[in-house]
Amino acid sequence: MPKAQLFITCLGDQFYTSTLQNMTHLLERLGVELLFPPQQTCCGQPLFNNGFEDKTRAVALNFMHAFAKSDAPIIGPSGSCVSMVKHHYPSLFKEGSSEHSLAVDISSRIYEFTEYLVNVLEVKDVGAVYPHKVTYHASCHYLREMGLKTEAKTLLNCVKGLEFISLEEEETCCGFGGAFTVTYPEVSRSMMENKVRDIVASGADTVVMCEPGCLMNVAGGLHKAGSSIRAMHIIDLLAAREESA
Amino acid sequence: MSHEVPNYIGFEEYSEHVPASIPSAVQQATSRFVSGRASRVAELPQWEELRQIGSDIRLHTIENMDVYLTRLEEKVQAAGGHVHWAQTAEEARQIVLQIAREHNVKSVVKSKSMATEEIGLNHALEQAGIEALETDLGEYIIQLAGTGPSHIIVPAVHLKKEEIAALFSEKLHIDAPADPVELTRIAREVLREKFLNAGMGISGGNFLIAETGTLVLVTNEGNGRMCTTMPDLHVAVVGIDKVIPDWESLTVFLKLLARSATGQKLSTYTQFITGPSREQGEFGPKEFHLVLLDNGRSNILKDPVGREVFKCIRCGACANVCPVYKNVGGFAYGWFISGPIGAILSPQMLGTQTARELPYASTLCGACADVCPVKIPIPTILRHLRRRVAQGDEFAEATLPVTIRTTAGLASFALAQNWLYRIGTRILPWVMAIFKRDNWIPYAPYPLSRWTKARPLPPFNAGFRGWWRKVRATSGKESAK
Repeated sequence: MPKAQLFITCLGDQFYTSTLQNMTHLLERLGVELLFPPQQTCCGQPLFNNGFEDKTRAVALNFMHAFAKSDAPIIGPSGSCVSMVKHHYPSLFKEGSSEHSLAVDISSRIYEFTEYLVNVLEVKDVGAVYPHKVTYHASCHYLREMGLKTEAKTLLNCVKGLEFISLEEEETCCGFGGAFTVTYPEVSRSMMENKVRDIVASGADTVVMCEPGCLMNVAGGLHKAGSSIRAMHIIDLLAAREESA
Repeated sequence: MSHEVPNYIGFEEYSEHVPASIPSAVQQATSRFVSGRASRVAELPQWEELRQIGSDIRLHTIENMDVYLTRLEEKVQAAGGHVHWAQTAEEARQIVLQIAREHNVKSVVKSKSMATEEIGLNHALEQAGIEALETDLGEYIIQLAGTGPSHIIVPAVHLKKEEIAALFSEKLHIDAPADPVELTRIAREVLREKFLNAGMGISGGNFLIAETGTLVLVTNEGNGRMCTTMPDLHVAVVGIDKVIPDWESLTVFLKLLARSATGQKLSTYTQFITGPSREQGEFGPKEFHLVLLDNGRSNILKDPVGREVFKCIRCGACANVCPVYKNVGGFAYGWFISGPIGAILSPQMLGTQTARELPYASTLCGACADVCPVKIPIPTILRHLRRRVAQGDEFAEATLPVTIRTTAGLASFALAQNWLYRIGTRILPWVMAIFKRDNWIPYAPYPLSRWTKARPLPPFNAGFRGWWRKVRATSGKESAK
């Protein structure tokens, strides 16, 4: 029975309880034995991406110690947070130090949720039923840093009843960008409004993505625009069954 | 921003008041380039390999720049050209003015050049009583408008044809129609006359081939050829970063450049200029001067991360795909160069006090790095420069306001002490419940107000930890299915 550790991400922790519950259910249904290290907080990406490399280290150490208690793979519902750990943690510590070896170890066994399903468990059909018109926003770090170009679509393709509609400018950033939203709120707003415009124009009734951050932004934008289109994390869509669909 | 080096680039302030016409004009034009580029790239199966070779050659040249610049100088001189070294923008301006004075030049025709935008050459020429006329259509338009360029290869990309017609009507005292063909004809008529009478032609340069001392100009309108052949005197102002080793390297960059820039296989004109005309009857000017511009480049070359900015071949593809650029336009970047490449070049050239906002003018989405024909790791350099701004490095002290640095310190502390974070996680839903309306938070206090001004926040619920504890405590591993 494969074991894995749940990395819930700070945004998931604060805002997306049911998505994390669905992630638990889905993985357990696929026979994965789950651990949840409660010492985890944030991966430190907001500090790292804003130039505070020195202040990221303490946060990264907390993360690494939380997940070092087990050698099981680490799975998170965010390509961005997973990429932070996978691609940037080793650069935070001096080569040859024990922290560096730990960072290399942790970064070698962390996976984004869809990546873990499709590429590690080799599962495509999770038995989901969702008879709706669905479009997809490709989140930047999920797509470009993690290089996950097909995984989400592979999973969506196996969902019963789902009609996939491609999104104009699918790969264009939605405008959140972490602290960017707070630093340049008007630019973030224009980018979000462009994304919302494209989603509305797609004719879909649901837009799905693999990133809690983009989800907050897009869902809020759709709400503000008075749209009834549902924005979902892919985990929640994959957890949908006959009755809830 | 037409000629002066800015004291401070207020990206945020500009972004709050972007003229509504700019994003739509920019998005319209850049979408054409993006799809054109994609089609041309798809035709070349070896595209990724070419990008890697291009990147390798540029990096090699950056690391050996002194060798290639020395060779270049020898070859240009051997071909009968003059080489001038300009350490600063002021030195470069003085060199050009001196050449103009020596030849009693009254009017100059210019081909499109980012280096002369960088040094504000037009203004210096005008101050000295020399008429300087831009002959690239886009540059001619922005010269009439009195602004700098808002895009590397399409300087007037922010203007729609109606606005250009209005500008022509006002400045040329004619009745110009909003028709691109007619507007081009009008500009051509004005410019023809000037080409015939100019005492000096000024150009930039896309590449400098060290092997033979050859200046390469890549253009589409034919004005570059006119500027560099009609007057008896040709002065090229070129950044030292434009040097490449040899002709073989050039073949790689020519394949990469036009495809990335305009979606063409090759631009309409590719000129190779090796010194002045040498024999009676040979085409070209009698004198050729090459002004090699440093203007801070040598210092940037000492930074192994930041210097990769000089791999740039000025195609503008990064701007065309940048969602930030497409929503603010080029003027937001405050200097002659805009878009992602401007965001990593200006802070290095002007310093991280003047341009400290620019490294943050990106969501780090990475679209720019994906299309860059020479694989400049733009997001990596943005992060590198953010580090310089936020905490300082061996090249500059931190310039971010202390309040922000203190906030970051507090955040780091709270996130590293997981007990503190967990207490916060329990408290936040209660505190934020005050602001909750219909399962959304339409307004939150600063700094979250910067988020809620554009869209509501979802409510803080933080229920997972409690759920996990409860479920695990009662039903062990046979959890809530």
